[in-house]
Amino acid sequence: MPDTRDKAAVRAEAARLLATFQNAGAVVVETPILQPAETLLDLYGEDIRGRAYVTSDPIMGEAMLRPDFTVPVVEMHMAQGAEPARYAYAGEVFRKQEDDPHRAPEYFQVGYEVFDRADAAASDAEVFALFHDTLAPFGLRAATGDMGILMAAVNGLTTSDRRRDALKRHLWRPRRFRTLLDRFSGRAPNPEGREALARGNPFDGMDAPLIGLRSRAEIEDRVAALREDMATPPIPEAEVALLADLLGIRETLANACEHLRDLAVDMPAIADAVERFATRNRAIAERGIDPEGIDFEGSFGRTTMEYYDGFVFGFHAGQRPDLPPVATGGRYDALTRVLGRGKAIPAVGGVIRPELTLAVAGGSA
Amino acid sequence: MTIKLGVPSKGRLMEKTFDWFAHRGVTLSRTGSDREYAGAVAGIEGVELVLLSAGEIPRELSEGRIHLGVTGSDLVREKLGLWEEQVRELAPMGFGHADLIIAVPKAWVDVTTLDDLDAVAAAFRRQHGFRLRIATKYHRLIRDHLREQGVADYQLVDSQGATEGTVKNETAEAIADITSTGETLRANHLKILAGGPVHRSQATLFKSRKADWPKDDRATLKALLRQLGLDG
Repeated sequence: MPDTRDKAAVRAEAARLLATFQNAGAVVVETPILQPAETLLDLYGEDIRGRAYVTSDPIMGEAMLRPDFTVPVVEMHMAQGAEPARYAYAGEVFRKQEDDPHRAPEYFQVGYEVFDRADAAASDAEVFALFHDTLAPFGLRAATGDMGILMAAVNGLTTSDRRRDALKRHLWRPRRFRTLLDRFSGRAPNPEGREALARGNPFDGMDAPLIGLRSRAEIEDRVAALREDMATPPIPEAEVALLADLLGIRETLANACEHLRDLAVDMPAIADAVERFATRNRAIAERGIDPEGIDFEGSFGRTTMEYYDGFVFGFHAGQRPDLPPVATGGRYDALTRVLGRGKAIPAVGGVIRPELTLAVAGGSA
Repeated sequence: MTIKLGVPSKGRLMEKTFDWFAHRGVTLSRTGSDREYAGAVAGIEGVELVLLSAGEIPRELSEGRIHLGVTGSDLVREKLGLWEEQVRELAPMGFGHADLIIAVPKAWVDVTTLDDLDAVAAAFRRQHGFRLRIATKYHRLIRDHLREQGVADYQLVDSQGATEGTVKNETAEAIADITSTGETLRANHLKILAGGPVHRSQATLFKSRKADWPKDDRATLKALLRQLGLDG
């Protein structure tokens, strides 16, 4: 737990980083620390209840201590923001660390978010370059990924819409994704009870009444879907192998581009996404960053927060594997649609943790 | 110094615990009136009996206020974050068996496994506009299990009792609870998901890693473990 002197140092470091973001053209914004729990729960589900501090307010009802800034900043922008917009913020976020008490439950984030419809590659490059340059003195390893390419790859699989949707839903849960892919490709057997469902009326002999909110029609719909699924041919082995190849990529940005273009020959569905990736790389290079110095990982971003759906990045302290990432960010177009009640705007941003820049600079946490 | 042994203060769990120790030559007994939670230990020197509610024993162990404790392995896992850093399992005791399971309406003919529940949760949320509700008091164990298994689109709702009735009352779509025979589940038209329980619980003797263990207490523990046949 940091003492008060440490906290003053962190606050000063946060102010320094915030000034950098302000100089880059961002308007500084504030968000309440107490956030209505409903929005966050709806967005993140039970995971956030395990990780955020939940409290109650007599008027607001169930509330959470701000677990991140992105959601309130997006809500604020969707409600009243002019376009395009660049925002910066600094303040504490709160996360329970039940699985690792050595990690801080309360820490600072300094963030920069861009809402701009004009040119996604340019916005991605702007945010990445700003973080790259700001963090240059700390000797961090930059890793990137692209959820857009993964989604395009899943969209291109030769299978039913239902299977594609199931895989996309679990893109952020690698274990479940793997289980589904094994089943859809015929590598794993159907789960228990499926064969029986395919024959006759599944309600025959049911001696229990139907209780609860889920209706008989909903059950019948799913039985029909399962029957359709059992008649769906397996995803071809070759496509599963290509997907595994894509997920396994770990090389520099420059080499990854060649590798992805090779893959796109056999996976034409990812061709457009790969070209967007290449355009972004050029935009990054134009900002004076050497693509040889940036890592690309096919699976990067799959175990982080679910809202990133395009470019993703993280900066890690190579000499301090005990530390969480010093900075993370990415594109979250879909989140603006969810929170915008019908409206949407392309958005990309990220956060730096000033405690960690200090720890890396000072050599101690 | 003495080492404090926490044991459930009433019911079958207490009797079975007394039997288990008696069988190994350590006699535990309640002293005073039936209503007084005081106890005595015979057959070994330096051990003090503390009678507690089984639900409080995990916390007493993690606070280091008792050195040893008998409670359900489910309660330790549910109540203590990173339980392995706070207590050590010395011996499963072979009674108090109960499985933590997830159950759904028996009439859900399309649901057999957790995979099915996950798929149903996605469809349920689209249809009803909120996440499928699982009623339980085992929030940590169930959340961890469902996260590990990659289940999404559900929510846990708290139920501290009569959990099997929540589906019929339409305050939950599924339940997660402890069961030993499954009788209550069947009576409430529920069935257990296939694929094994979330946790197989039984009464277990735990050692606190947080209590003070001065030299003579360590010697007492060693003697006790030898007496109990746990020094192998």
